[in-house]
Amino acid sequence: MTVTNVDNLDRTSALVKHDVGGRTPAPIRFLKRIPVLIVIGVLLVIEIYPLFWMFINSLKSNTDFLNNPSWALPEVWEWGNYVSAWLTGNLATTITNSLIATVPSLALIVILGVAGGFALEVMVFKGRGGILLLILAGIMIPVQMILLPLFTIFFNLNITGSLLPLIIIYTGHGLPLTIFMMATYFRAIPREVFEAATIDGSSMLRSFWYIGFPMVRNAVITVGLVQFFLIWNDLLIAITFASNRSLNTIQAGLLNFSGEYGATDYGPLFAAICITTGGILILYLFLNQQIMKGLTAGSVKG
Amino acid sequence: MKQVLGDRKTIAILLGPALLVYTLVILVPVVWSFGYTFFKGNALEGFEFNGINNFTRLFTDPDVQAALGFTVKYALLLTILQVVFGYGLALLYTFVLKKSSAIIRTLVFFPVVVPTVAIALLYQKLFQSAPKDGLVNELLVNVGLGSVDWLGSGTTAFIVIVIMDVWRSMGFYGVLLYTGLLDIPEDIIESARIDGARGFSLFKNIVLPMSLPILYSSIIFSINGTIKVFDSVFALTGGGPGNETTPLTLYMYRTAFAFSDYGYGSTIALVLSIMCLIVTALIFRGARRDNTI
Repeated sequence: MTVTNVDNLDRTSALVKHDVGGRTPAPIRFLKRIPVLIVIGVLLVIEIYPLFWMFINSLKSNTDFLNNPSWALPEVWEWGNYVSAWLTGNLATTITNSLIATVPSLALIVILGVAGGFALEVMVFKGRGGILLLILAGIMIPVQMILLPLFTIFFNLNITGSLLPLIIIYTGHGLPLTIFMMATYFRAIPREVFEAATIDGSSMLRSFWYIGFPMVRNAVITVGLVQFFLIWNDLLIAITFASNRSLNTIQAGLLNFSGEYGATDYGPLFAAICITTGGILILYLFLNQQIMKGLTAGSVKG
Repeated sequence: MKQVLGDRKTIAILLGPALLVYTLVILVPVVWSFGYTFFKGNALEGFEFNGINNFTRLFTDPDVQAALGFTVKYALLLTILQVVFGYGLALLYTFVLKKSSAIIRTLVFFPVVVPTVAIALLYQKLFQSAPKDGLVNELLVNVGLGSVDWLGSGTTAFIVIVIMDVWRSMGFYGVLLYTGLLDIPEDIIESARIDGARGFSLFKNIVLPMSLPILYSSIIFSINGTIKVFDSVFALTGGGPGNETTPLTLYMYRTAFAFSDYGYGSTIALVLSIMCLIVTALIFRGARRDNTI
C-alpha cells in the first residue's frame, strides 16, 4: 500500500528557488535566522541529548550516580562498567542469539520475497490478484493472532528449546511486506525487458536471476534493511519463543538484565543500553540515507 | 510469449516456497487461532470446548474495557502528535532549512532505529524518581517544581509513554511527510508566489491542501502502528502501575501466558485483528483517492 516514492530524498528541494538572498543586508538576515536557529537547537537537544546523557551515565560509579546531578560528567571514568555489562548481561550470548535468529531469516525473506514478488508482478497467471490480496491481508494481521497456534505447534514439535521457532516466524512474518514491496519495484521495470530476453532464448528462471534480480539490487538492500530492523528490534516474538535464558535475544536479554540488576547497578545497565544502541549507531552512520528511505517506504508496518 | 510468462513450472518454483511458508506461518495459524476462541485451555494442559463463553466474557470483562480504552486513547493521541510534529518537521526541512536539512533529518531520525527496549530503559532512568531523581525531575526541581513519581501513577505513566513514543517516531514522520512535500510540483508554488502568496497564506492556500493526501496516509499508517503498541509499553511500564497502562496487546499476552488461557487470549487477539481490518479498509479507501499508497 505504501510506496511513497522516496527515491528523491536527496533531490534538492524544488520549492526553494525563490530564496530572496542578496536583497537583505547580511546582519538583518542573521537576525532573521535566530528564531530558526533556536528551534533547531531545541530540536537537536531534545532528540540527541538523552542519548548523550545515557553515555555519560554509563561511565559513572554507583556512588557517583547516586550523589551527583545526573547531567554532570563522571568523577572517574569507569570504563569497567562496560566489562561488567558485557559479562553479567550475557551480551556475548544474546548478541550471538540475535545473529543466529536474524541472519538466516533475513536471507530467506530476501530470496523467497524477491522471487515471489517477481512471480506476482512479471509472470502472468490466473489468480494473481487474489494471491496478492491474500498477501496484503498478511501485512495487517497482528502478531497476537498467530502467536498461540504457533506456540502449540512448536511445543508439540518439541523445538521450543531452540532458536528455530524465531527463524521460522520471522521469515513467515516478514514475507508479506517484502513480497509486496518487491512487486512494486518490479512494476517499475518494463515488461519488454523480459520479453526481449525470452526472444533471445532465455528461460524465465534465467531472466529472473540474470536480469530481474540485478535490476532491483538497490531495492533488495532497502527491503533487507527494513526487515533487519523489524527482526533485530522485535520483542514480542522473542520473549514468547525464546524465554529461556540461554536463548534470549539482545532485546529480551537487555530487559531481563534491567529487571535483575537495573535497580542497583546503574553504570552497567547504562553501559548495556549503550552497547545495544552503539552497534545500531555504527550501521546508521554508514547507511543512514538508505535506512531512512527503506523505513519510510515500508511504513505500512507502522 | 504468453506461454513463457505464464509458465506454470517457473511460477511454482518462484512463488511456491514463499506461498508455502506464508500459508504455514500466517494463514493456518490465523484460522487456528479463530478456532481457539471456542475453547479453553493451553498447549501444555490441553483444550476443552467452551462454547461462546469467551465472547460473553469479553463483553462483560472490565479489564478488556480498560485495555481497549487505553489502546484507543493511546492510538488517537499518538497519531495526532506524531503527524503534527512530523508535519512541523517536514515544513521546517522543506521551507526553512532547504538544502541544508540533510544533516538535521539524519540526526532527528536516529532514535527511530534504536531498539525500543533500549529507549524504554533510558526513559525509565530519565523519568526516575527513586532512589534518585532522573534528569526530568532534576529539571523540575531546579525550576522550583517538585519531583514527580512519573511511573507511579497511571496518568503520569501514560504521559511518559506518549512522550517517549513521540520522541522516537517524530523523525520518521518528519521524513515521510518531507518526501510528500517534495512531490508538490514546483510550478504551482512558483505561480502562487508570483500571485503574491507569501508565508502563512502560501501555506494555508497551497501547501496544506496539496499535502492532504500524504497527511491522510500518514494518519492511517500511524493508527495502524499505534493500535498494535506492545514493545514500548511492555518495556517501559510493564502495563503498570496495576494494569493502568495495559493495551489490548499486552492484556492478550498476559491472558495467554500468565493465566494460561489460550482461548480467551485468542478472543482478544481477534478483537485486535478486527480493529486492524477496519484500519486496513480505510487504507484501501484512501488508496483510491491517492496514488501514494
